[in-house]
This record gives sequence, C-alpha cells and structure tokens, in this order.
Amino acid sequence: MIELSDPVPTHPPRSQWWDVWVQFKSHKGALIGAFVFLFIVLAVFIGPMIWWVDAQHLPSGRDFIKLRDTRPIYTVLWESDAKTNWWHPLGTDNLGRDILARLLSGGRVSIAVGLTAMVLSILIGTLVGVLAGYVKRLDGPLMRLTDLFLALPLLPLILVASLLFREALSATFGVEGGVFVLVVALIGVTSWMQTARIVRGDVLALKEREFILAARSIGTTPRKLVARHLLPNVLSPIMVSATLGIAIAIITESALSFLGFGFPPDFPTWGRLLNDSVDRMDLYPERVVWPGLMISLTVLSVNYMGDGLRDALDPRIRGR
Amino acid sequence: MLTFTIRRLVLAVPTLLFISLVIFALLEFAPGDPMAQVPLTVPPEVKEKMRLALGLGEPAYVRFWKWIVQFFWIEPQVMIDGIFGTALAEGEQRIISWQTRSPVMDIVAQRLPQTLWVVGVAYIVGILIAIPVGIYSAYRQYSIFDQAGTFVTMVGFSVPPFFTGPLVIMVFAVWLGWFPSIYDTTLEVNDWASLKKQFFQMFLPVMVLALQITAQISRFMRSSMLDNLNQDYVRTARAKGLGERAVVLIHVLRNSMIPVVTVIALGIPSIFGGAIITEQVFKVNGIGSLLIGSIQANDLPMVQTLTFIFAVLIVVFNLIADVLYGVLDPRIRYD
Repeated sequence: MIELSDPVPTHPPRSQWWDVWVQFKSHKGALIGAFVFLFIVLAVFIGPMIWWVDAQHLPSGRDFIKLRDTRPIYTVLWESDAKTNWWHPLGTDNLGRDILARLLSGGRVSIAVGLTAMVLSILIGTLVGVLAGYVKRLDGPLMRLTDLFLALPLLPLILVASLLFREALSATFGVEGGVFVLVVALIGVTSWMQTARIVRGDVLALKEREFILAARSIGTTPRKLVARHLLPNVLSPIMVSATLGIAIAIITESALSFLGFGFPPDFPTWGRLLNDSVDRMDLYPERVVWPGLMISLTVLSVNYMGDGLRDALDPRIRGR
Repeated sequence: MLTFTIRRLVLAVPTLLFISLVIFALLEFAPGDPMAQVPLTVPPEVKEKMRLALGLGEPAYVRFWKWIVQFFWIEPQVMIDGIFGTALAEGEQRIISWQTRSPVMDIVAQRLPQTLWVVGVAYIVGILIAIPVGIYSAYRQYSIFDQAGTFVTMVGFSVPPFFTGPLVIMVFAVWLGWFPSIYDTTLEVNDWASLKKQFFQMFLPVMVLALQITAQISRFMRSSMLDNLNQDYVRTARAKGLGERAVVLIHVLRNSMIPVVTVIALGIPSIFGGAIITEQVFKVNGIGSLLIGSIQANDLPMVQTLTFIFAVLIVVFNLIADVLYGVLDPRIRYD
C-alpha cells in the first residue's frame, strides 16, 4: 500500500512584506516617487564625492571677476553670448561659488533635517500613542496634551522659538550644529500629534483582541507585550506617517530658512538658497528654480511614496 | 447639542489660558533685551527707568496677569468703544507695542483687512474650484480628469508657497508684466479703475494660496464622495428612477459635504499660518508680515498678542467645526 505523503512546504508561500511590495509596485506613482526620492538621497549624500567642487570655495582676484555670476550651460541654447563655464554646469552665484555643489550640500542638510526630524516626531508620537492607548490612567492627560499641541499656532511658535534658543544652542553645539539641533527639535516637537492619535486608536482596538489576551494569559510582561505584539501591528500606520512626516519636515525647514529663521547663509539649505536668490530673480532665474525644484520634487516623491505605502500596507486594499 | 456646545465653550477657556501661559513662558526665556537698541551713552539708571516704563519691573506672574486682563477685559471694551462711541475703557492701560509705543490692537486692526482680503478671497476661490473638481473626479474615478486632478493636487500639496510665489512673480510680473508683484496697501478702492487695480494686485497672492487650498479640499471632497457613491441609498435612488444629476448632486453631494464643511472650518486658522509666507513673498502688509517684523524687532507684547490671536482662531474654529459636524450629521450627537 502506497502511503500518501503530503508535500511539506519548506517555506511560507508568500510573506507579508512580499505582498506589500507587490501592491506597492502596482502603484506607478509610488514606484516612481520611491525611485526619485532614492535618487535624490543618493545624489546629495554620494554626489559631493563625485562632484568634489567645494561649495564654500570663493575664487579670489581675477578669478573672482571671471567666475562670478556665470549662467548654467544650457542658457547658451537661447542666449548665445551668455557667460557660461563648462566647469560650472549650473553656473555660479554672485560670489563665484559653484551652484551645483551648493545645491548638493544644501540638499544634504535639508534631507538630513527631514529624516532626523521625522524620526524624532515618530518616536514621540509612538511613545505618546502607545502609552495613552495601553495605560488607561495616562490616556486622559496625554490626549489632552495632544489636543493642546494641536491648538497651538505652530508656525509662529516655531519662528519665535527658533530665535530664542539659537544663541544658547549655538554655544553648546557650535553654530551649524546648534541650528541643526534647534530646527530638528522644533519640527519634531511640533509634528508628533497625528501619529500619536493614530497609534493610540490602533492600540486601543488591538488591546481588546484575543491574541493580546492569550499573550497576557501566558504571563507576558507588559513591556514584552508592547514590543512583541502591539508595535508590529501598528507598524503600518507609523510607516505611512513617517513618510509623510519627511515631507512636512522638509517643507517646514525650508520655510524657516526662507523666512530667515533657519540656517545661517554660509551653511546653505535649499530654502536658504531660494531665499538668497529671490532678489536677483529676474536676472538669474535658475538660482531660484533649482532649489525650489529640488524641494518640490523631493516632497512630491515622498508624498507619492506615502500614498502608495498607505495602499500597500492596508490589507483590505491589498490583493484586490 | 446645546449642552455640548456650552461644555466645549467652557473647556475652551482653560485651553486658551494654558496656551497663553505657554506663549508667555516661551517669551519669558527670550534672551533679547528691549533696551539693546538704546545708545550706550544713556546711563544705566536711566535705562533702568526706561525698563520700568515698559512694565518690565514687576515679577513675571504680575505681568502675565496684567496681560490677561488687558487682552480679555480692556481690549474688548476698547472695541465696544470704537463701535458704539462709548467710553468704557477711558484711561485704562492697553497692551502697548515696544516698537511703536502705540496700542498693539490698533496696529492689528490696521493690518487685519489686508490679510482678510487676500486670505479670504483665496479661501473662497479655492473652495469654489475644489468642490466641483472633487465631485467630478470621484464620479469618474480613474478617468483622465481624475488622474490629472490627482496629480495637480499632489503638486499643490508638495510645491511650497515660497517657491510658487517667486515663480508666478517671475512669469506673470516680470516676463509677461500682467500683474504687479507687490501688494500696494495704500490703494483705496473708490471707482472702477481702482477696483480693477485691486483685483490685479490680489491676483498673484490669491493664486498661490488658492492652489494649496484647492489641493487639500478637492482631495478631501473626492474621497468623501467616493465613500458615499457606493452606499446603498445611492442604488435605491437610482433604482427608483432618479436622474443621474439628482442622485449625484443632491443625494450624494449633501452627504459628502458633511466632513468637507468641517475640514473647511478647520482649515481657516492654518491658512492664516500659511499666509505668513505668502504675505512675505508678495509684501502684503498683513498680520503675517507684522508677526515676522515684530519677532525680528524683539517686540514681545506684539509677538505675544499676535501668536495668541492665532491660537484663539484655532480654538474657535475647532469648536465651530465640532458643532457644525453635530448640526449637519444627525447620527452624531455628542450628548
């Protein structure tokens, strides 16, 4: 008699993250957004190693006259006598600094600020959300605190605070480091509320589910319960708000720099570059367009990515 | 519903008090010295007297209390005086700006019309564009129009006003020369020619603000319509022979407008915040640029009052949105 042997699956046929990736891939905008964002991040972090022109280099003497205010090389297409230089493909500014190098180093700061501020805001938001959802005693006070933060006029307060704490932080971390810490902290502290609300709602719903009861009944400690059972289940809303958080952080940082409350002029970010060039916009439009385009492109790609991620992480939409 | 409204109103008071405390505490740590601009030849004892004259001599809690009284008690009286010609606040100490040494509220009253004009018109234009766009893209989901609309709203979300502002100035003011790039506050509208001028100078800032507002609201309108279009009552309405126009524009639209109306109410204060940048770009002499100017000039009473006005706007419109939601949607009753 031949024994029927069931084929034993050696590995799970599909993993959750593979499903997510398949769904994410089917969203064209999200896929393009992800590639563009990845490209920009790689460009600003690896770019300066390839394009090794110093962003702060000021030509002196005759070079200063010769090299300042050159136009991007493509200007020749419609203005044949434009002052261009093949060594500076995007031209130079009024002090002769290379615009491409400045864009790259500015982008490095802008994206670093965006990512760090996002991490901070997600950390605070998740902490507050999990505490409020899990610990009943803390729910009321923490949610009132969230409501209060939502009622604060954030942009004016960020402007005020960025002026107030600049000196103190510059003394501790140095001029650039101080402003970096300041901007990241301000954006992080003022943008965690949505995450906290979403996480709290999800934790409240999850807490009533059977697997939490089962986990508790076998003696899982609250700390383990949160880390092993709750957090992985609220990961998807956190990831979505993280992506959107990058966009908000980059916009806020650029707005601060644009209003003159952000980084100092010799430490350019995209917003600062934009602000500095607005005055001579009619003569050198490219100096406004490039930083603005970079900000917009980054934020646009991040937003599309978040859109696709939201669909991909939602099991009700996935597989349809 | 009434008890809910009253409860929310009562709850708004401690919220506002707490916010005013936060703002006051933040400014209390300000390292800036209002006497920093005074020449060094002025002797220290005179400086001390000037400091006292600004009201800086008293301890912090006294100043905080004074400010609260001035903001909530004296300034409303001044407003009533201004409207009815009474003399309730005669001789009372008002909130004085350090920059101009004149009452803060008078300056705010001078600046507010410009902001309200630009922001208000932009908001209305934005809503008027967003609602039809949202309805149509939901009705024809995934059509070319919907795809294009989604892309435009994404762009509206992502392109910040400090980029669109210079961009439209460059295109429409510098290259084409159709519109002025700077908002002229001194323009008085008294005939057709000046009205036309006013329209032209408002066009660019309104365009920049309206793009953002349209992006947010049309997105919301679309998803709200999509939620409703698949409901059973829509099928019922179609089954009983109602025309497509009646089904979409009366049955679905009315139900989809409920969340949209609250979003519109919630968005008003944030638009004031966003208008700070637009005002700065187009040199609109409104409260946003007043705030930036007073922060840079270290004019603490002005900064405090303006920030608090923004906070009041947020709290009030949150309240309006909550109450509206309850009024419009009978399924939601807070009692």
